[in-house]
Amino acid sequence: MAEAAHIEPEAPAPTEMKVSDEVAIEIVKMNKWYGEFHVLKDIDLTVNKGERIVVCGPSGSGKSTLIRCINALEKFQKGAVTVDGTPLTSDLKKIDEIRREVGMVFQHFNLFPHLTILENCTLAPIWVRKMPKKDANDVAMKYLERVKIPEQAHKYPGQLSGGQQQRVAIARALCMNPNVMLFDEPTSALDPEMIKEVLDVMVDLAQSGMTMICVTHEMGFARQVANRVVFMDQGQIVESNAPEPFFTNPQHERTKLFLSQILH
Amino acid sequence: MSGTDARTVAYVATTQYPEQPAPPSTTGVLGWLRENLFSSVTNAILTLLSIAFLVFLLPGFFEWAVFQSVWNASSLTECRQIIQVAHGEGADGACWAVINERFNQLMYGFYPIDKYWRPNVALIILIAAMIPVLFRSMRPLAYAMGVILAGKALFAVYAVATGAPIAIFSSPTTYVAAALLVAALVVGGPARKNRWLILTFTYPFIAYFLLWGGIFLDSVPSTQFGGFLLTMVIGVTGISFSLPIGILLALGRQSKLPVLQIMCVTFIEFIRGVPLITLLFVASVLLNYLLPPGTEFDLILRVLIMVTLFASAYMAEVIRGGLAALPKGQYEAADTLGLTYWQGMRLIVLPQALKISIPGIVNTFIGLFKDTTLVAIIALFDPVGLFNPIRADSDWNGIIWELYGFVALVFFICCWGMSQYSQFLERRLRASDRR
Repeated sequence: MAEAAHIEPEAPAPTEMKVSDEVAIEIVKMNKWYGEFHVLKDIDLTVNKGERIVVCGPSGSGKSTLIRCINALEKFQKGAVTVDGTPLTSDLKKIDEIRREVGMVFQHFNLFPHLTILENCTLAPIWVRKMPKKDANDVAMKYLERVKIPEQAHKYPGQLSGGQQQRVAIARALCMNPNVMLFDEPTSALDPEMIKEVLDVMVDLAQSGMTMICVTHEMGFARQVANRVVFMDQGQIVESNAPEPFFTNPQHERTKLFLSQILH
Repeated sequence: MSGTDARTVAYVATTQYPEQPAPPSTTGVLGWLRENLFSSVTNAILTLLSIAFLVFLLPGFFEWAVFQSVWNASSLTECRQIIQVAHGEGADGACWAVINERFNQLMYGFYPIDKYWRPNVALIILIAAMIPVLFRSMRPLAYAMGVILAGKALFAVYAVATGAPIAIFSSPTTYVAAALLVAALVVGGPARKNRWLILTFTYPFIAYFLLWGGIFLDSVPSTQFGGFLLTMVIGVTGISFSLPIGILLALGRQSKLPVLQIMCVTFIEFIRGVPLITLLFVASVLLNYLLPPGTEFDLILRVLIMVTLFASAYMAEVIRGGLAALPKGQYEAADTLGLTYWQGMRLIVLPQALKISIPGIVNTFIGLFKDTTLVAIIALFDPVGLFNPIRADSDWNGIIWELYGFVALVFFICCWGMSQYSQFLERRLRASDRR
């Protein structure tokens, strides 16, 4: 299995990483429809601070929609979402408040092509956090070093490889100093040899205690860093468990079928 | 090399051939001709046909426009006499004397002669107001002012040589140009360029004050505006206001607020559905019925509003195309970083959308600039509107080509300049195109 290669042997087991009792994200009975189509059905999910959740499931199961609801990129019609104690309503001020605290990494990076790497990273701190430009540059360089591409700071996104662009996207989100990071299939658009460099950065981030929700098919990553793996199908959370029992002893038929297809 | 002797290995070359020059047929003038003009039979035939066409056309044109033309005469009859005396019976030549004699009228219309410095100064400040928008530093302003001052100095020298008064050099235009030149050199660096935008934003007031007068300056009724002054007033106003209004309309059309969206769509579709001439007639005739009796609403201002609204509707659609071309991910990335709607638009969406729209935007600008000649139909004396008054004068009755040719040339220079600038801008912005 290809994913196994991504596991770093020296990484501590997931249980060794601290999870607080405080709740970071609480989703209660969330329902969403696209027109007549019921995409999300009665989703209940609580994520504690420092917890790392991997969401997996077949395509069309609503995984991406679920995490896009957390920062209001998508609207939901029923239920409640609370992020860091702030209830998510249609109030634009509240939405912006939540978005400032929640970083997001997209499948297609979505870097700003007309700005340099450094400008991509400093834009939000300068305009949203009102940080002086010099401080923003320092912060950005710190995170670019953390994702191991400080030397690319003055290039444009189009000059970087996919893996490098995704690492910049992670650094850009980190520059806002978020409490929670959402990953929407961050490695799905990458060539196989670039997946590792992005996963390494994500593992490093997980070990630093960041609260993370990752939609991904990288089961090696899930085994290595996740506290919990959530399996979704047809808009419902079918099964949610710690990685070890999840992979070795899945409870539901649909989970078994999915795992047999993905793990061969 | 590590012990292997090249001579012992049969298949290793012992000598290296010197570099040879490329065959002459691929380099230099000859190579260029071969490559571009005679690369195939069809190409060669087309080249020869084009050359034959130019040989057939150009000598006659230059003979008419340059060699047998007349620059100093007081009437068309005098022109013809001069040509016949100089080049024999039946010779034909351009009578540019009409441009020479009516130059001021073609430039300023019926603006009072002693106040020509006011439009001149307005034009010079316009250059200073445009440059911070168009370029990255104020250096081009220094060049432009340098050229203007040098030109004036040449005229002054010529005037001294011929014994005429050198009043041309001691005019307000000179002082303003010199002041701007100094300012551009002293505080024109890229770092301080943005401060010049203050001038850009106050320019409409400065220009109105200079052209219309009223405070300090004698007021000039806009009925006396004409010639290229009128073209510039309408064209520059239309261009500079249609872009921001067009952006707002395009954003409004995309808005999630239904009322705003319906208003923008209705406005755009209505204005686009009506010919400009109709709007101009509304401005010149119909509006008088709608306004309370006795109100004096400057005709030129009414025309300015109509032309600007007309161009804005087209601009909105051009920009909507650019907005639609942006991937949805750019909007989402701006949102997830916590940028407000206006920050996201200003910093992320519009810079990219406008760049995509540059060809369409400039297309609209050029169209608008040329459409300013339509005001001739509502009896305003723009250059085209001046044709008939000039030809109604018995001195110039019957002159056609020279007037149309001159006006066409000036319009061509302006429009070609805009097109060249847009290409320069696209090249400059291409840095971020490397995907």
